[in-house]
Amino acid sequence: MGEMETAPKPGRDVPPKKDKLQTKRKKPREWKNPESQRSLSGAQDPFPGPAPVPVEVVQKFCRIDKSRKLPRSKAKTRSRLEVAEAEEEETSIKAARSELLLAEEPGFLEGEDGEDTAKICQADIVEAVDIASAAKHFDLNLRQFGPYRLNYSRTGRHLAFGGRRGHVAALDWVTKKLMCEINVMEAVRDIRFLHSEALLAVAQNRWLHIYDNQGIELHCIRRCDRVTRLEFLPFHFLLATASETGFLTYLDVSVGKIVAALNARAGRLDVMSQNPYNAVIHLGHSNGTVSLWSPAMKEPLAKILCHRGGVRAVAVDSTGTYMATSGLDHQLKIFDLRGTYQPLSTRTLPHGAGHLAFSQRGLLVAGMGDVVNIWAGQGKGSPPSLEQPYLTHRLSGPVHGLQFCPFEDVLGVGHSGGVTSMLVPGAGEPNFDGLESNPYRSRKQRQEWEVKALLEKVPAELICLDPRALAEVDVISLEQGKKERIERLGYDPEAKAPFQPKPKQKGRSSTASLVKRKRKVMDEEHRDKVRQSLQQQQQQQQQQQKEAKAKSTGARPSALDRFVR
Amino acid sequence: MTANRLAESLLALSQQEELVDLPKDYLLSGSEDEGDNDGEREHQKLLEAISSLDGKNRRKLAERSEASLKVSEFNVSSEGSGEKLVLADLLEPVKTSSSLATVKKQLNRVKSKKTVELPLNKEEIERIHREVAFNKTAKVLSKWDPVVLKNRQAEQLVFPLEKEEPAIAPIEHVLSGWKARTPLEQEIFNLLHKNKQPVADPLLTPVEKASLQAMSLEEAKMRRAELQRARALQSYYEAKARREKKIKSKKYHKVVKKGKAKKALKEFEQLRKVNPAAALEELEKIEKARMMERMSLKHQNSGKWAKSKAIMAKYDLEARQAMQEQLAKNKELTQKLQVASESEEEEGGTEEKVEELLVPDVVNEVQMNADGPNPWMLRSCTSDTKEAATQEDPEQLPEPEAHEVSESEGEDRPVAEEEILLREFEERRSLRKRSELSQDAEPAGSQETKDSSSQEVLSELRVLSQKLKENDQSRKQKASSEGTIPQVQREEPATEEEEPLLLQRPERVQTLEELEELGKEECFQNKELSRPVLEGQQSERTPNNRPDAPKKKKKEQMIDLQNLLTTQSPSVKSLAVPTIEELEDEEERNQRQMIKEAFAGDDVIRDFLKEKREAVEASKPKDVDLTLPGWGEWGGVGLKPSAKKRRRFLIKAPEGPPRKDKNLPNVIINEKRNIHTAAHQVRVLPYPFTHHWQFERTIQTPIGSTWNTQRAFQKLTTPKVVTKPGHIINPIKAEDVGYRSSSRSDLSVIQRNPKRITTRHKKQLKKSSVD
Repeated sequence: MGEMETAPKPGRDVPPKKDKLQTKRKKPREWKNPESQRSLSGAQDPFPGPAPVPVEVVQKFCRIDKSRKLPRSKAKTRSRLEVAEAEEEETSIKAARSELLLAEEPGFLEGEDGEDTAKICQADIVEAVDIASAAKHFDLNLRQFGPYRLNYSRTGRHLAFGGRRGHVAALDWVTKKLMCEINVMEAVRDIRFLHSEALLAVAQNRWLHIYDNQGIELHCIRRCDRVTRLEFLPFHFLLATASETGFLTYLDVSVGKIVAALNARAGRLDVMSQNPYNAVIHLGHSNGTVSLWSPAMKEPLAKILCHRGGVRAVAVDSTGTYMATSGLDHQLKIFDLRGTYQPLSTRTLPHGAGHLAFSQRGLLVAGMGDVVNIWAGQGKGSPPSLEQPYLTHRLSGPVHGLQFCPFEDVLGVGHSGGVTSMLVPGAGEPNFDGLESNPYRSRKQRQEWEVKALLEKVPAELICLDPRALAEVDVISLEQGKKERIERLGYDPEAKAPFQPKPKQKGRSSTASLVKRKRKVMDEEHRDKVRQSLQQQQQQQQQQQKEAKAKSTGARPSALDRFVR
Repeated sequence: MTANRLAESLLALSQQEELVDLPKDYLLSGSEDEGDNDGEREHQKLLEAISSLDGKNRRKLAERSEASLKVSEFNVSSEGSGEKLVLADLLEPVKTSSSLATVKKQLNRVKSKKTVELPLNKEEIERIHREVAFNKTAKVLSKWDPVVLKNRQAEQLVFPLEKEEPAIAPIEHVLSGWKARTPLEQEIFNLLHKNKQPVADPLLTPVEKASLQAMSLEEAKMRRAELQRARALQSYYEAKARREKKIKSKKYHKVVKKGKAKKALKEFEQLRKVNPAAALEELEKIEKARMMERMSLKHQNSGKWAKSKAIMAKYDLEARQAMQEQLAKNKELTQKLQVASESEEEEGGTEEKVEELLVPDVVNEVQMNADGPNPWMLRSCTSDTKEAATQEDPEQLPEPEAHEVSESEGEDRPVAEEEILLREFEERRSLRKRSELSQDAEPAGSQETKDSSSQEVLSELRVLSQKLKENDQSRKQKASSEGTIPQVQREEPATEEEEPLLLQRPERVQTLEELEELGKEECFQNKELSRPVLEGQQSERTPNNRPDAPKKKKKEQMIDLQNLLTTQSPSVKSLAVPTIEELEDEEERNQRQMIKEAFAGDDVIRDFLKEKREAVEASKPKDVDLTLPGWGEWGGVGLKPSAKKRRRFLIKAPEGPPRKDKNLPNVIINEKRNIHTAAHQVRVLPYPFTHHWQFERTIQTPIGSTWNTQRAFQKLTTPKVVTKPGHIINPIKAEDVGYRSSSRSDLSVIQRNPKRITTRHKKQLKKSSVD
């Protein structure tokens, strides 16, 4: 991970002193001076104090928005704020220090001078890497049951795939150990793991079914019918289903209740993806828009017009910053989701991408016919540059499902000829959180994690565009409460007390002078108000003038315009 | 009492004597056959009647003529005796007896006591008690404030609060359990033991102990006697000094002082002979005293006493004399030990005159300047020369002083008169100068001139001339400043020139006109200054504005939706072109795509814009129309209320905040409030926070273990209070936090006090009510 840069210390070059006098007797504890801590040999610590922490890394963990200037606060408040800031600094420093523990480094693929990495085929990569990694590249030839959709579990250890013609299988793809293989005797539209690899949701032709890892059908959810796409929100335990009927349904899998069924009013829904950052569901529509949904709202949180034709695929990267869309107009666009929703880069693809997926480290894959193209950015958190593809691969059939395997440099592709697992160096996050998603966890660990995850389940109504909204005060209710309180009390307890002239001596505190002083302050305030309002008026006028000018300059009719037909 | 009565009787007697003639006449006319006794009574009556005629004490005197059976003790009247009956009189026996004296004394004491004031009413007393008790308690409790504050701000409190043990053990403890092991240590210990140095108990060495024991009783007694004697002598001396101090005779003090001075002089003479170095030191002391005197305003006729004397001096010879004396004293004290020679003084005088002549001359200014503008430098030069002189003839030094001292008081007076004359002259001269130069000669300066030697006068004059020059310059500048602005610009170098001069001596504004001129000048300068500053500000602003403007433009520039979607993006050259062999489904889809593409374009955009417009309209706050058709006018089908009326009853909704998607043509952002999320948000600000931003700052850092390292998580979630199970938590004591133990008892007393106060108070109340 990050190299810990240590500034050279002045005492670094000084050779350790060797004191000849070596007293064996230990000094009693009371006399120990913490200032001059010397080792028994008398050598001095060349790097005294705690190790320095790079500022950028610390900055990454700071969450207090210091750009906002606070209003003047009382001493008591200030002390609380100081405590909060000190705590934040301390915790972020600790977090930065613990980055040392992220020992693994991401993989990469570099061509020789002038060599295009896109020309490197899978066979070359497999040849170059070690046996264990080479074993991760495999092809499953399943021509019989038609194009496959596939899904990796959150730990990246398990793979489930379902063929259009009813073939459903789940396996530990690393060891290639099959967990179950069934045929549901119905068209399978999508397949998805629930919170753990033990549960499997399959969107079948009519209804949604849930199987366990033995292939036993546990549930048949008839309220979710004609489901085309599935998404699972792991922290909320919600299974989002998009149906042909145009409904987006949220199913809470922990209690088996449908949380929300939202009518998108945009016809058949068959493009869906989730934003891993804030658990918002992105739906692509045939009118070229992408709508953002939360179970708490009946209407979409936002609607973005992305393409002139219908939207074919949507994908959001793991940081929630970028969204990739492809449409019927053969264009691939990357949008910025941080408030502006503007396209950052646009490319026209020869055939148009039918499937899109982001990897954990921000690689973008697009499935176009029987070809997959992968684009890479400058590292995590940067948008993939669409100039040059990072890798390309041709499959034995048109692509039907794509997903990067978490914590592995592996891309799973479901196509009409089966399932392909291909190596994409630098795709996965090298370090995993053992408590959160441990690929090597045992059954017991999984059960424990399950309990903890259920305890920490996030309520569905908290899904909104800004996941940090919970750290904000509900200003509207606050104002409302204040207003009600004022009404109840009959006065404003927090109002600024009216100016009360101080009593003065030597006859200057007469009633007349008091009134005069009061009047002075009042007049001053009044003048301020008038000044402000005047300024506002002026600004408005200026704006209007500018607008008028812009209009007049923008659309000046020329004399020849009359001949335009 | 008795004395009073005596006086009364005496008066009566005298009256009687005066009226001796009258009654005789009357009596002669009256019957004479009545007895002697009767006659006397009659006579007495008459006398009284007459005496009552004078009107002052025309009192009806009742007399009990008959003996009645009932003689009430309450009816005893003192009438006749002409005064009030006093309680003591009743007690007075015929013969004064000692036994009743004590009773009388007691009575007197009772009478001398004033009447007890009415007690305050209960509420007020209680209020006062409460107030006092509150103040006391608050004072006692206020010492706990820092402790309470500390505990409140503490990150964690562990109960029971433990006292930290002292980190440093006393040296005896360490030493007692320590044995010498190494040879070096043993050696050191041997040495210590040889010298009988204490090792374990470092209080006293054996030698010290022995010396303590060796002190005898006789020695102690002698010592005591000596001390007593010394004390007695001291007290005698003090008494004497006090007595002398109390003597009010001025003459005596004067004599004493003179005697002292003489003595000092003699000693000095002697010292000079014996030890010249010491004499020099002494001389320095005298010099220093002189300097002090010159610095101080003592004997300068500026004190309260002196002023009062100055007023009196016109009429009172003595006062005049006193003033002169003081002046003489001042002169004497401030005089240099060596008197400047007559010729020098004269020279000074001539120089003065010359100076006066030269002052208005412009030519001389340069020369004066060349002379050296710094008065301090000048003075130091002269003093140097003087010092040289003093070194030349140290023998002559004490003589003038001795001379002065020996001079009689008569000599003093003319000197003082001369002084006054001199001062007056000086003042007049300075006044003249002032009028001439329209410049205020500093009073301090003038005073200096009058009191100091002529050379100092000279230096002062030089300073003055210099000032004059400065003034001239400044006046010129002012004149020029009256001109137009370009002149002001020209003036700038001049002011620069002026600067060093100004540094030397602050310029003063003399007259109102000049003041005005100065004001103008300042104004001009200010204008001049302010203009570039303003320009600078403007120029600063404009760059500020300029970057702003493009920003605004950027923001305001609506991104054209058409452009956004129709821009031709570069196509990707893919190495692997997808083979087109599609299934039926794909084909079907493709066809649909083709159709869509054919109809794609403006349609999509127009739809979207329409949708957006609708959304914007829907989110806008609605106006409320309160018009009632048919109210106050003709009603009926097809009649609409007038526009004016509608306008009048339309309540316009306040404009909401700008939409987030105002400048984003391709986005519709839902502005509706998410109530479900809001239900989880904080809606009441906790106590010390006044603005929600402040509070938000404190909750922005997550404290869960998901976002923090284990250590940080533990630290962030430590409980504020920890109690150890099975331990008694005692209330905090004063000793625990380093206070004296008394504080607690204080508090308890206070707490108990109010009750006691009230009970006592009740008793008092009861008593008063009984009385």
